[in-house]
Amino acid sequence: MRLGSGTFAACCVAIEVLGVAIFLRGFFPVPVRSSSRTEHRAEPPAPEPSTGASSNWTKLPPPLFSKVVVVLIDALRDDFVFGSKGVKFMPYTTYLVEKGASHSFVAEAKPPTVTMPRIKALMTGSLPGFGDVVRNLNSPALLEDNVIRQAKAAGKRIIFYGDETWVKLFPKHFVEYDGTTSFFVSDYTEVDDNVTRHLEKVLTREDWDVLILHYLGLDHIGHLSGPDSPLIGHKLREMDSVLMKIHMALLSKEREALLPGLLVLCGDHGMSESGSHGASSMEEVNTALVLISSAFERKPGDIRHPKHVQQTDLAATLAIGLGLPIPKNSVGRLLFPVVEGKPMREQLRFLHLNTVQLSKLLQENVPLYEKDPGFEQFKMSEKLHGNWIKLYLEENSSEVLLNLGTKVLRQYLNALQTLSLSLSRQVAQYDIYSMAVGTTLVLEVLALLLLSVPKALGPAAELDMPLSSPLFSLLFYLTLLVLSAVHVVVCTSTESACYFCSVSWLAAGGAMLLMSALLCALVSALPKTVVGVKHVGKSPAPSSSRWSELDLLILLGTTGHVLSLGASSFIEEEHQTWYFLVSTLCLALCQEVYRNHFLSSDGDPRGGLHTEPGPEGATPVGAKGCALLEDDRTRAAASAFKRLGGTDQRMVLASPWAVLCCCRLLRALNQTGVQGAHRPDLGHWLTSSDHKAALSVLAALSLLAVFLLVQRRCSPMSKVALALGLLGVYCYRAAIGNVMSPWQRGNSDISKGIVEARFVYVFVLGILFTGTKDLLRSQVSAAGVPARTVGLWEIHSGLVLLAALLLRPHNLPVLVSSLLVQTLMAKCVWKPLNHGVAEVTVMHYWFGQAFFYFQGNSNNIATVDVSAGFVGLEHYVEVPAAFLTTFATYVGPILWASHLVNYLSSESSSHSALRRACFCYALICSIPVSVYIILVTSLRYHLFIWSVFSPKLLYEGMHLFITAALCIFFTAMDQTKLTKP
Amino acid sequence: MKDNDIKRLLYAHLLCIFSVILSTFIPSLFLERFSILETHLTWLCICSVFVTAVNLVLYLVVKPNAPSKRSSLSHKVARFLKCCIYFLMSCFCFHVIFVLYGAPLIELVLETFLFAVILSTFTTVPCLCLLGPNIKAWLRVFSRNGVASIWENSLQITTISSFIGSWLGAFPIPLDWERPWQVWPISCTLGATFGYVAGLAVSPLWIYWNRKRLTYKNN
Repeated sequence: MRLGSGTFAACCVAIEVLGVAIFLRGFFPVPVRSSSRTEHRAEPPAPEPSTGASSNWTKLPPPLFSKVVVVLIDALRDDFVFGSKGVKFMPYTTYLVEKGASHSFVAEAKPPTVTMPRIKALMTGSLPGFGDVVRNLNSPALLEDNVIRQAKAAGKRIIFYGDETWVKLFPKHFVEYDGTTSFFVSDYTEVDDNVTRHLEKVLTREDWDVLILHYLGLDHIGHLSGPDSPLIGHKLREMDSVLMKIHMALLSKEREALLPGLLVLCGDHGMSESGSHGASSMEEVNTALVLISSAFERKPGDIRHPKHVQQTDLAATLAIGLGLPIPKNSVGRLLFPVVEGKPMREQLRFLHLNTVQLSKLLQENVPLYEKDPGFEQFKMSEKLHGNWIKLYLEENSSEVLLNLGTKVLRQYLNALQTLSLSLSRQVAQYDIYSMAVGTTLVLEVLALLLLSVPKALGPAAELDMPLSSPLFSLLFYLTLLVLSAVHVVVCTSTESACYFCSVSWLAAGGAMLLMSALLCALVSALPKTVVGVKHVGKSPAPSSSRWSELDLLILLGTTGHVLSLGASSFIEEEHQTWYFLVSTLCLALCQEVYRNHFLSSDGDPRGGLHTEPGPEGATPVGAKGCALLEDDRTRAAASAFKRLGGTDQRMVLASPWAVLCCCRLLRALNQTGVQGAHRPDLGHWLTSSDHKAALSVLAALSLLAVFLLVQRRCSPMSKVALALGLLGVYCYRAAIGNVMSPWQRGNSDISKGIVEARFVYVFVLGILFTGTKDLLRSQVSAAGVPARTVGLWEIHSGLVLLAALLLRPHNLPVLVSSLLVQTLMAKCVWKPLNHGVAEVTVMHYWFGQAFFYFQGNSNNIATVDVSAGFVGLEHYVEVPAAFLTTFATYVGPILWASHLVNYLSSESSSHSALRRACFCYALICSIPVSVYIILVTSLRYHLFIWSVFSPKLLYEGMHLFITAALCIFFTAMDQTKLTKP
Repeated sequence: MKDNDIKRLLYAHLLCIFSVILSTFIPSLFLERFSILETHLTWLCICSVFVTAVNLVLYLVVKPNAPSKRSSLSHKVARFLKCCIYFLMSCFCFHVIFVLYGAPLIELVLETFLFAVILSTFTTVPCLCLLGPNIKAWLRVFSRNGVASIWENSLQITTISSFIGSWLGAFPIPLDWERPWQVWPISCTLGATFGYVAGLAVSPLWIYWNRKRLTYKNN
């Protein structure tokens, strides 16, 4: 089957989108969540089960401890307390662990072993995934049910000193707090002194119930000099004295109070042998957890070895200890030794509460929960528990009760363990299998695209896609067989849940079919390409061998950008890369323009090498092949240059500089990224309420400029529509109070501007409709090319109008300069210089990317302008809001791609230009995505994986999706051309 | 003849490299607390002066291009003044280009301008010495197949490598390593210097290796 290269590219990108989707699904495991997570109403606690006579205990059990102090030491590895270092440097703690009233555990943290997710895990008992970050888009606050929230709701007074992450996570939860920033890693004394200095006062006071201390010093020392540094010993000794101070104070308080206090010593993550953390090695995952309270008395000779537990267990334990409901999404289980000293009835009650909570979570997350062994055990133990209560209320002999009670207890503990395990299995790790499937699809498509470059960019821009032969080849069936075997083996043996295993067999089979078909296509394309390349190499006529400086720059720029994605700071500051590349591109164009200018004005400076500056397309007669061909192109450009008038020539000479100036001004409009985000910029200046007049003038001028730039190629009807639409945009901005309105002076009633926005929408749809009509007309009637050009331009102007509506008013200059740069480049650079389709496409892509950042976007999710999704909508409606937000975010790339279609279909003489452009666009967009997927997979235990790499991955995925849509648009435009006789 | 030329070129270039190296060591003998990173601006000035001086000396001693026919004193002075104006213009041009590339407009003006000066020293000064204030000749040298001697060839290489060096020097700026040399414009000036030195070192070798292939129309 013969395929146009555009169609081929569109298909490839569509498959790539599928691959990336599977990869993302595997990369971001869906966390276990209670469905009633939005409302935080306190549900009535589960009553005590009983058969027959109803129990009278339906309220929550009372708290076990009067005061709780949590001492969180960042990077407190288990052996810092329980190992030789602990014995040496923390004598008091060691005494407590070995002989005192305490329980010690080794708590296992799940990767990513980074502070913020770990604090969340400690306080919610759930395993935070990246999905949470996306869900609470702009708010860093923890919205999930957690111990702190419950404690606040129950009227407990919480005091916090330490890492300010807590203050961000739990705003307004603490009655008193002092956050220290962990920004300066080289400071390891000040951060801790800032916490300790409050202790003296706070410990004598009585007006608090929970005190949380987060010490950062140990972690900083780890980052500076590793876990074996002598500084560690000093720090541990300091921490030991802090612990002793707190413990003494708690003990002295207990004399007056009825209930004992609880002191919790824990770490959020460990420390690797090199002193860092983030990955999942044993040293990073194992943390110390010590619970100290006079309630945990022990007789001499009672040796308690630290048991291995999960970090998430602390949330449930704290909740029970404080008499609070267990956080809904907690997957942890109660640390049973804490309640061991209590009467049997209370012990069973606590365990029951925890089991009920876990089984509820299981019911909401696992469809076949009834088959789960944990759930069965839970039902059984609940029944036994009921029996026990019945006996208890009938006051049977204590020995029978004790025996039965112990049995129920054991049942409960088993049930808890099974439940907790099957819940945490859902989220525990990356779903490598799905990621591998996605990566394979993406890489196969990329390889196919790369292999078909010579043919797809050839003169015909058509490809031979053998469809039937791979389907009958042995290789295809073998691959399919192997893949199915792998699928079966992985899905039956794997311990963690795989997304790709849980999809239906038909879908999985389809994906595997696709994979093996692509492999066959690759294998069949490989020899052809190799032969083709060899053929080209042998043939004496060098077709395209010498590259111009521009091609070299494009190649280097693309490679450099792709490689830069491996470094987190380059991702944070990606806008700098694009600004830099675009500026360099402008300078390169400038150099080319000037060279051509001087060539044409000089006549022929190199006489004797050439006969005459021949007309376009003249074949060189000389013998110096390659140099001549390249020369010929420049010469053709130069002669085209000559034919321009004087003013035009001056325009051409000035335009690269104008574009450069434009870009420089736009840079100052929105500071973005991480390092520059706080710097003052024009955008903030304009949006501040003092400069509303300036903003209004700027917006009005910009809208006028948009009209002037767009209208010249529209039909009269859409000209009027465009003018009215732009007027509507201003009215909308005036209505919602962004700009001043000239006709309503004074009264500042701010509406949602629904009417105005819908007014604009009508015109957008109208212009798009007219454009489509013109396109269709150009197909059937003889009006042909002019109608087509007008139609395409009308679609472009419809998009511009929509962009003008959605962009914030201070970003309207971005839209104007985008149109201006497009016009300048098309008229003064690309046309006179005769750039090839591939070069023009790549330049459009670069400018699109640069404008994406000019608009204020970055690779951080927080910069997405969510307000665009509410324009003209009464309330949040998911589909249009998502569409509008996406469009507003990707205005730059979309408008540039649409301009590319316009430029090629109006300027280029070649019929296959659009097809080649589509292919180039698909290729240039899919290279970064494919490489980035591999990079992210290899960096998945990186420290910044959640904060930097994952948001970028989402952006890349979305960008690829947009690219697929654009490629389909390209191909559709191309098809209309083909069907025309 | 040709090998002899290349040898002269090599010696001239070694002298230039030596002057760059000297500019990092000599000032510390006279100035207290001199280091390239901390007193960067001083170093920029000194390096610029050294390289310019060496280039001028080389121009007077080696005389790579044929002496012009009119050699009256007034002509020479006019030529020299023209050269100075060209040099200043190139400094301002580079400054504007740096600002267009994203250098701060108002703050750090002196730093940006000195970077422009040093880049002009590495690129414009040799051009002026070799080709004189003659835009046509410059354009000829920097368009493809336009070089007429090994001197022009090496000029092409060193100029382009200085540009590429300063271009590459901008890359480490966004990285968060917090090193002293990442501050604008230190990494760029260092990049330009390394590019210039690399160009000086490489061009004689490159010309030597390709001496069979290179044919110049004029000789």
